Amino acid sequence: MVEEIGTNTEGDLIINVGPQHPATHGVLHLVLTLSGETIKKVEPHLGYIHRSIEKMCESLSYRQFIYVTSRMDYLSSHINNHACALTVEKAMQIEVPQRAQYIRVIMDELTRIASHELWWGAMAMDLGAFTPFFHAFRERETITDIMEKTCGARLTMNYMVPGGVMVDLHPDFQKDVKSFIQLYKSKFEEYNELVTGNIIFQNRMKGIGILSKEDAISYGCSGPVARASGVHCDIRKLYPYEIYSQLEFDEILDTAGDSFARYMVRLKEMQQSIRIVEQLIDNIPEGEFQAKTKAVLKLPKGEFYQRVETARGELGVYIVSEGGTTPYRIKFRSPGFSNLSALEHMVKGLKIGDLVAAMGTLDLVIPDIDR
Amino acid sequence: MFIKDYIKDVYGAVKSLLTGMRMTGYYFTHHKEIITEQYPDNRATLHLAERFRGEVVMSHDENNEHACTGCSACEIACPNGTIKIINKFDITPEGKKKKAIDTFVYHLELCTMCNLCVQACPTDAIKMAQNFEHSVYDRSKLTKKLNKDGSKLREGIE
Repeated sequence: MVEEIGTNTEGDLIINVGPQHPATHGVLHLVLTLSGETIKKVEPHLGYIHRSIEKMCESLSYRQFIYVTSRMDYLSSHINNHACALTVEKAMQIEVPQRAQYIRVIMDELTRIASHELWWGAMAMDLGAFTPFFHAFRERETITDIMEKTCGARLTMNYMVPGGVMVDLHPDFQKDVKSFIQLYKSKFEEYNELVTGNIIFQNRMKGIGILSKEDAISYGCSGPVARASGVHCDIRKLYPYEIYSQLEFDEILDTAGDSFARYMVRLKEMQQSIRIVEQLIDNIPEGEFQAKTKAVLKLPKGEFYQRVETARGELGVYIVSEGGTTPYRIKFRSPGFSNLSALEHMVKGLKIGDLVAAMGTLDLVIPDIDR
Repeated sequence: MFIKDYIKDVYGAVKSLLTGMRMTGYYFTHHKEIITEQYPDNRATLHLAERFRGEVVMSHDENNEHACTGCSACEIACPNGTIKIINKFDITPEGKKKKAIDTFVYHLELCTMCNLCVQACPTDAIKMAQNFEHSVYDRSKLTKKLNKDGSKLREGIE
């Protein structure tokens, strides 16, 4: 147990950041050991939003457990649902109709854009720039409106079901997505003008929180955090699921490994997501949106694992089935936990002001870490 | 050299700030691009998507008839125990016993709007409504009875 506040035997100052600090995006509790203003040690304390989702899933059926996973990484809830649906389909060998696969990928990519938008706004707000938050939310709002029209919810959609998607697309969907793409392209320059090109912002980000390629691998980092350090780790490219193998998009890699590299990787990823949506939106095939499945799903005895690329990195779903209607054990491998573990390595020796600049680029969602 | 770099830095910072302020000025003078919604003042014109999931309701027609047979499919599909159906047995004119719902209990406070009950219903008796303003002063008001008083099963639905 760490002291609440005070000094340790070496005379270092111990302070708490969080669990309700505006810069920590939720209930993350960091215990900092400081020597003057230099960070000597960062100790994340977790458990403030632990809801035992894995244990809850053991008492829910294979249709029911999907909705809970929206509450893990709530900014990529579609992708979480997708991972669970994919695992069940893999175990039961359900063939998903083409139309459902297209819809799923479009929804995943829109979610990724929305998630990165929110991160961009919150990241700039962490560094003291208040306006970018509203610019980011303006475009994100368009996506949530599209989601609301088709899925019925704005954040926790529960749209993916084993075998396809829950309901068919709204008739306006294609029109709305196309107008969103246009809006996004016209507004994207504002992002660079407001934040990326700003000298003050660049000076605060460049050379801060450097994570080398070796460290990124040894800490188990994934997603944009690892790709900014040069690790080739995009699951959509390495282990393509659904129709990702047929799509044209680039895996964004950077070698600098600092905060600015992570920032740029996410910005470029948004454009790649737009590229994927543009390829698909005009070619959604006609047909069934859901495969015929039994009312009660029973997985065969065995262990099943499926990974997907969420907005934050690699999400793995591991199901142990005893052959019944509920899972025997479920384990989620969440990207946020591994990314957070690299934080201490990144900020050791930096000043306390740089902590937020480094932590913001990790894009932490605390319910994803705690589950 | 030091002073030259210092002045260059200051110049760059001021230039960046002005670039940002230019956009602020643009939006300050272009009111049409402001998209803020003045909720709750705009309640009358507020438009929600037709699929928006706000709460579960049971649809009744003009004869106060619903389509719920009391099969409990929604109760089984619900992950949170939000729905509880209490059945009764009506005596038909022929003297037979017929199952019908007595009370369709819906706990709004437990509901996560996952839509699984609506998907599970074989007779489309329940649906999602768009009402989203659920705050009340007393928690017990969130436990609702969805079937109206005196309502009965519509003819022809088994």
